[in-house]
Amino acid sequence: MEKAHQVQPTTRDYLKVGFWLFVLTVLEVAAIYIEALRPALAAVLVGLSVLKFLLVAMFFMHLKYDSRIYTGFFAFGMILAVLIGLAVTVIIL
Amino acid sequence: MSQASVTAAGRLAGHGEAAHAHHHPTSLGIPNQKLATWLFIASESMFFASLITTYMVFRYRSVVGPHPDEVVNIPLTTVSTFILLMSSLTMALGVSAAHRGEMRAVGKYLALTILGGLGFLVIQFYEWWHLAHDFGLTWRTNIFGSVFYILTGFHKAHVIFGMLWLSVIAISSFRGTLRKEHAVNVDVAGLYWHFVDVVWIVIFTLVFLLTEAGV
Repeated sequence: MEKAHQVQPTTRDYLKVGFWLFVLTVLEVAAIYIEALRPALAAVLVGLSVLKFLLVAMFFMHLKYDSRIYTGFFAFGMILAVLIGLAVTVIIL
Repeated sequence: MSQASVTAAGRLAGHGEAAHAHHHPTSLGIPNQKLATWLFIASESMFFASLITTYMVFRYRSVVGPHPDEVVNIPLTTVSTFILLMSSLTMALGVSAAHRGEMRAVGKYLALTILGGLGFLVIQFYEWWHLAHDFGLTWRTNIFGSVFYILTGFHKAHVIFGMLWLSVIAISSFRGTLRKEHAVNVDVAGLYWHFVDVVWIVIFTLVFLLTEAGV
C-alpha cells in the first residue's frame, strides 16, 4: 500500500512532462522546415504527435498510475475511433 | 465491503486505485464518476475520429479556393497549441493539489488553466476572423471551409464547456466550499480538459503541420 502512494507523480514529474511537451512541439514545427526530413516527414510528424499524446494520457491523465480498467476503456474507445475513421474513409472514397 | 471484495477490487483496480479502494464502496473499487468519465471520453474519441476523418478526406476536394495549403498559419497555431499544452500542466497540478487537500491552491491552478483556455480561444478566434477577412474563407465558401470550421468549431465548443466546468470548481475553491472529499470532482474535470488537449494534439498535426508539409 505504501508503495502505491510512492509511485504517484510529483510536481517535479509534471513539470518534466510539461517541458518535454514543449520540446516535442518545437521539434514538430522545426521538422517541417528541414529539407532532409521531407521523404519521411509524415511519419516523423505522426510519431512526435503520438509521443505527445502518450505523455498527456499516461502522466496528466494518470493512466500510468491508475486502474488498468480506465486504460482498457480508453484503448477500446481509441480502437473503435480508428475503425470509425477507416469506415468513413472507405464509405466516402 | 468484505475483505474478499476489497482484495478483488484492489487486484482489478491497479496500484494507484487499490490504495484508495476502501474509499470507494463500488464493486470495482474505483469511483463511478471516474469510470463514467472514461466511458464518455471513449465515446468522444469516436465522435472526433469521424470529424477528423471527414476533414482529411474532403480537405482537397474543393472546386474553388482557398485551399488548405494557402491558408494555414503555423506560427500562430503553434503558440495556441503551446498555451493549451501548458494549461494541461496547470490542470494536472490542480488535480494533484486536490488530492493533497490543498483546496485553495486548486482554485489558483484552475484559474491559470482557464486563462490558458481563454488565450487559446482568443488566438483561434483571431485565426477564424483572419481566414474569413483576408482569405474569404467561411464555412459556406467551399467543402474545405465546411469541414475545417466544423472540426475546429466543435473543438472550441469543448474548450468553452471545459472552461465553464472549471470555473464552477474554481469558484467553489475560492469560496472555501471545495473539500478534500471532492477531489474526484476535480479529477474528472481534469480528465475532460486533458482529453480536449490530446484531441488538439491530433488536430494540430493532421490539420496544420501535415498541410504545411505538403502531405
